[in-house]
Amino acid sequence: MVNIVPEITRKSITELIKKGERADGRSPNDYRDISLEVGVIEKAEGSARVKMGNTQIMIGIKPQIGEPFADTPNVGVLMTNSELLPMASPTFEPGPPDERSVELARVVDRCLREGEVIDLEKLCIIEGEKVWMIFLDLHVLDYDGNLMDAAVLGSVAALLNTKIPVAKVEEDNVVIDEENSVELPIKEKPLMCTFAKIGGELVIDPSLDEENIMDARISIGMREDGSLCAMQKGGEMPLTNEEIKEAINITSQKTKELREHLK
Amino acid sequence: MKIEAGVLERADGSAYLEIGGNKVLAAVYGPRELHVRRIMRPDMAVIRCRYNMAPFSVGDRKRPGPDRRSVEISKITADALRPAVFLEKFPRSTIDIFIEILEAEGGTRCAGITAASVALADAGIPMRDLVVSCAAGKANGNVVLDLSENEDKEGEADLPVAIMPRSGEITLLQMDGHLTSEEFDKALNLAVEGCKKINEAQKEAIKNRYGEENG
Repeated sequence: MVNIVPEITRKSITELIKKGERADGRSPNDYRDISLEVGVIEKAEGSARVKMGNTQIMIGIKPQIGEPFADTPNVGVLMTNSELLPMASPTFEPGPPDERSVELARVVDRCLREGEVIDLEKLCIIEGEKVWMIFLDLHVLDYDGNLMDAAVLGSVAALLNTKIPVAKVEEDNVVIDEENSVELPIKEKPLMCTFAKIGGELVIDPSLDEENIMDARISIGMREDGSLCAMQKGGEMPLTNEEIKEAINITSQKTKELREHLK
Repeated sequence: MKIEAGVLERADGSAYLEIGGNKVLAAVYGPRELHVRRIMRPDMAVIRCRYNMAPFSVGDRKRPGPDRRSVEISKITADALRPAVFLEKFPRSTIDIFIEILEAEGGTRCAGITAASVALADAGIPMRDLVVSCAAGKANGNVVLDLSENEDKEGEADLPVAIMPRSGEITLLQMDGHLTSEEFDKALNLAVEGCKKINEAQKEAIKNRYGEENG
């Protein structure tokens, strides 16, 4: 389904942004209201529900024992999967994941993996044979723009909230002790900020209306020390070097604010 | 038990339901244009339903995507809701219902139908009545209402029922297990009584959303 934005909406949003204002009253570097709940699904070993404005994502964590990849025999696995549920938007359709869903899962996966959110070596049980595989499922319930920042924030919150059973090795067999559980070995807390370029200006946390008319998009993943761990450019138009540097600068301030929600 | 109407921004209608350990979200889009010509009805709307379980809703992670069980439940859910909707008011269009099981603890199909019916009402779709669903069954030799996950796995029979409470007409009936004729009568009556209780909570949820004057 094609999203058609009336010319008048496009014009009013662009004019406002050129004046340093936004249609919903925010300033260019303001996030919408964020709410974060953890431990919402008892059957999941870790879970979170994140709301960024009207965007709403449920994140669930399930551990499983599996075999490591051949090239990394002593490292556990973190698998990120996303589903853009048809209930979340009239433009999402049932069926196999489309390119938007795959992009979301892969960008979140990169940000978490390269941001070293989990010390995956500690998830090795028997080298080359058995490791913990952590499945992270993004369940997008309501789509009102900027899925990526919400997904990364919620994922980190869910991982921080996760407890997995203790796995012991007894006579070369893996025994799972369901009675006792441990927290995941969390190493870093990477977060992501996304900007939309509209009318030549960058605005953070684009709403759906802004995403529909944006010329370009840039998402930046950052660790707590300010180093970069993932980036993704989207949209049809180019970005300049200066714009990307500006986005990185704002990200280093804004991830500090976002991190407050994890406490 | 907790029912809340109008919990999603984008959907035309939505409802969130917690019953026992089940957490269910239902959303409705429509009536809207139907692109699949093959199933279009020139004289009425079609109802399509998708029942889906979140990968993290159960003990062992469920692989995403439809399986035989969810396809069947999608079908019987649409069948259970269809009689309540004035479909003839919206020819050539579709009403799409999406049910997400966020956490499952036995009886999710009934919870899905109950939530979907509130979401239909929240979407402002004209209906003869709300549809409400509840299961009875037999566990440890006794006929009981609303089996839990363990009772369902080890019990002798499961009987999900959906009704339109004002007329008492039955829109869903499934049975799985072994019951005598007397036990069946007892179980069916029990399920209908259960439905009527849940129906009060449904009406309450809609009143909470839209105020007494519209209830």
